[in-house]
Amino acid sequence: MHVAGTSSNRNQRKLWHFHGGLHLPDHKSMSMQRPPVEAAHDDLLVIPLQQHIGEPPEVLVKPGDKVLKGQMLARANAYVSAPVHASSSGTVVAIDEQPVPHPSGLSATCITIETDGQDKWDDCLPAPIRDYKNCTASELLERIHWAGIVGLGGATFPSRVKLNPGANKPIDTLVVNAAECEPYITCDDALIQSHAQEILQGIDIVMHILSAKLCLIGIEDNKQDAIAAIQQALSEHESDNIELVVIPTIYPSGGEKQLIKILTGKEIPGNSLPADIGIVCHNVATLFAVNNAVSKGHPLISRMVTITGEGISKPQNMIVPNGTLISSLIEQAGGYNNNVNELIMGGPMMGYALSSDTLPVSKGTNCILVTQKDNAVQNIPTPCIRCGKCAEVCPALLLPQQLYWYARARDLDKVQDFNLFDCIECGCCAHVCPSHIPLVQYYRFAKTEIWAREEEKRKSDIARQRHEFRDARLARIKAEKQAKLRKKKEVLEKKKAADVDPKKAAIEAAMKRAAEKKQKLQEEGKIPANTENLTAAQQRQIDEANKRRENSES
Amino acid sequence: MKFATSTSPHTFQTDSVQKVMLEVLLALVPGIIAMTWYFGWGILVNIAISVTVAVASEALFIKLRKRHALPVVSDLSAVVTGVLLALALPPLLPWWITAIGAAFAIIIVKQLYGGIGYNPFNPAMAAYALLLVSWPTHMTSWLPPSVLNTIPLDFGQVLNIIFTGTMPAGLSWDTISSATPLDEMFTRLDMNQMIEEIRQSPLWGDFGGKGWEWVNNWYLLGGLYLLFRKVISWHIPISIIGSLLLLSGLAYMIDPAVHPFPAFHIFTGGVMLGAFFIATDPVSASTTKKGQLIFGASIGTLIFIIRNWGGYPDAVAFAVLLMNMAAPTIDYYTKPRVFGEVKDASDD
Repeated sequence: MHVAGTSSNRNQRKLWHFHGGLHLPDHKSMSMQRPPVEAAHDDLLVIPLQQHIGEPPEVLVKPGDKVLKGQMLARANAYVSAPVHASSSGTVVAIDEQPVPHPSGLSATCITIETDGQDKWDDCLPAPIRDYKNCTASELLERIHWAGIVGLGGATFPSRVKLNPGANKPIDTLVVNAAECEPYITCDDALIQSHAQEILQGIDIVMHILSAKLCLIGIEDNKQDAIAAIQQALSEHESDNIELVVIPTIYPSGGEKQLIKILTGKEIPGNSLPADIGIVCHNVATLFAVNNAVSKGHPLISRMVTITGEGISKPQNMIVPNGTLISSLIEQAGGYNNNVNELIMGGPMMGYALSSDTLPVSKGTNCILVTQKDNAVQNIPTPCIRCGKCAEVCPALLLPQQLYWYARARDLDKVQDFNLFDCIECGCCAHVCPSHIPLVQYYRFAKTEIWAREEEKRKSDIARQRHEFRDARLARIKAEKQAKLRKKKEVLEKKKAADVDPKKAAIEAAMKRAAEKKQKLQEEGKIPANTENLTAAQQRQIDEANKRRENSES
Repeated sequence: MKFATSTSPHTFQTDSVQKVMLEVLLALVPGIIAMTWYFGWGILVNIAISVTVAVASEALFIKLRKRHALPVVSDLSAVVTGVLLALALPPLLPWWITAIGAAFAIIIVKQLYGGIGYNPFNPAMAAYALLLVSWPTHMTSWLPPSVLNTIPLDFGQVLNIIFTGTMPAGLSWDTISSATPLDEMFTRLDMNQMIEEIRQSPLWGDFGGKGWEWVNNWYLLGGLYLLFRKVISWHIPISIIGSLLLLSGLAYMIDPAVHPFPAFHIFTGGVMLGAFFIATDPVSASTTKKGQLIFGASIGTLIFIIRNWGGYPDAVAFAVLLMNMAAPTIDYYTKPRVFGEVKDASDD
């Protein structure tokens, strides 16, 4: 067992720092005043099919089907995909397009379940794995995949894929992200305080899968209760390769690359993954879900969600079944205060504003934030004065102001020159901008434009290739046809020649021979007179004629 | 329930351009008081004329562009330009020269390029350069600092001189005006005099000219306040002062008889004002940290070169303007190392 100290100054591990970042008022105590509660089950659960990055799963149920809690509703067929499960028992009433929480405000296919209130577990769930150490990595990965586990820190990337970096990328360190650097959000904090032991078990399982030698748990020093809970759990835990590292509170220390830099000093370039340098990073909630899937055989059907903000009367954390409507959670949290401003999914820095509260909670929902109107703050954008405050706080060491300049001018090549795609959209630049320019919006715009342009280019490339291929094919067919024709013609001619020869040649040869013979004889003067080969009768006639002539003459 | 939406981030610091400009104005107060103390009411009159004309021309121009003038003018950037220009002008300059300078700074140098944030040149310095080349006699007719001034002018007399050009009875320009210490130093150096001879004049204090050195001290104090409040970063002022000290120190070591003591350079003329308040104007300066060091060091070098070999006594305005032109190029070639980029790990 190895505990790295009780506060940031007692870490045994050397901490690194990343450039920039912000010290933000954390507003976390608001939702930590009350203990987390189980959210009440709604009559209707709206479960979006696509709750992850990757291919959508294939629906296994149809309207009218009875489903049980934990039953798989849609199966993942692709490698980068995740199944979804029923978060309570009931009847499927619809499978159709429903509005889902998404920055675009679009609708997507959802399975709507009318719950029966019994919350009855499916009894065909896989058996709990008591001794994961005797399982192979692929068996455990299969279980994690089955459970529909995705990155619960917000990225929702299928965990099975992330835990399977391939044989050519050996992993030595598991980084556990417990930083929770965004203001207001406390769901990881609450989860650690209530389930530290399970999280450690999840860590053990994941380390077994990855054959990792070391685990570093990174947690910001503003979560003293959670730190104490992990230390307590570590002191009761048998493995000695898990190290708790308390890091200073600075946004965005919870960004994957930033956290890895703080803990290891290593920087991951824009186009590579942590696995390239032997590191895999997972959020605490993901590890909790892994333990549930392996040790209990439960799929991912609920998660801790923070419902908070000045616009909520009783901010708190709730364990929320997947598909519960936000409006219902807010009702359970005492409803709205007066003068609400925005409804945000996620934190104030990176979350996105929702236009309505009748949207379901999904796997990636860590926080529902309701802000209050603040008339003191005016955010009317004015021209950039190039003060460079944005570059001072940028954790990716970019020049946000130059990016803004070129994004605004739609100079998509220059904006990539200035490394637009290294931007993690943390929002630090826009937060400090004295001109209140919505910088991140410009970067998103430029990224989308570039993606669209590349997509267009890809499509036109394909079209051009197809066109060229078609031309080539037509030319080839034509050439082949011509070649064939020519050959045929040749063959025909030859054949024609061959067909005519025997008879004609024989005749011609015979005629030739006769002519030659005639010629020869003529030359020799041996051409017989017509009278030479006379028959006897003819001769007699001739003789008689000659006699008559002689008689008449005499 | 329906909600309005906006893009992330959803929280902002309450900083604004107006607050930044207020800090700059606040930091200028010690310098203004010192200037007024040493050079009389003319400084305040100049500030009043310059600020009024600057703000009025900005309001007028914005109106011509058919936009709302109030939000633009209330960012106080025109006020800062007005004050900076006035602080560079001789205390008894005819009012119309000041007014032309302020109007030129705002209309030609700032608004014609698109207003705040788009001007490639520092408006106050461009206007100063215009006035200096257009009315060189007026622009170099300074008063001696009050510690040397035997004929102090009262407020009414100052107003009279500035607005009507009439001298109080019995006084003429020659009796009240005096060369600036920089002018004195380099004019007499050009006449092949030695520093020691030149420093016999009563104009000199401990480091620079009497009065002037204290004015520069107070500007330095204001500059330190800006650094403390993080309105500016240390890179530009330190590299200007550092390079100027280095070069003048080298020259002084080579031949102290004809090269003034390094402290003379930084405590005389407009170096402190230039280093902390003018070259740091973010709009026209370099924005990358490495670029700011190059930008500042180049300004310091140019100041040294122009002071020693140029035709004008002080060089801050020309040095800043020249480097303003180079700033975009400097920025382009001093892009910082991006996170994860393995170019060189020393940069931060």
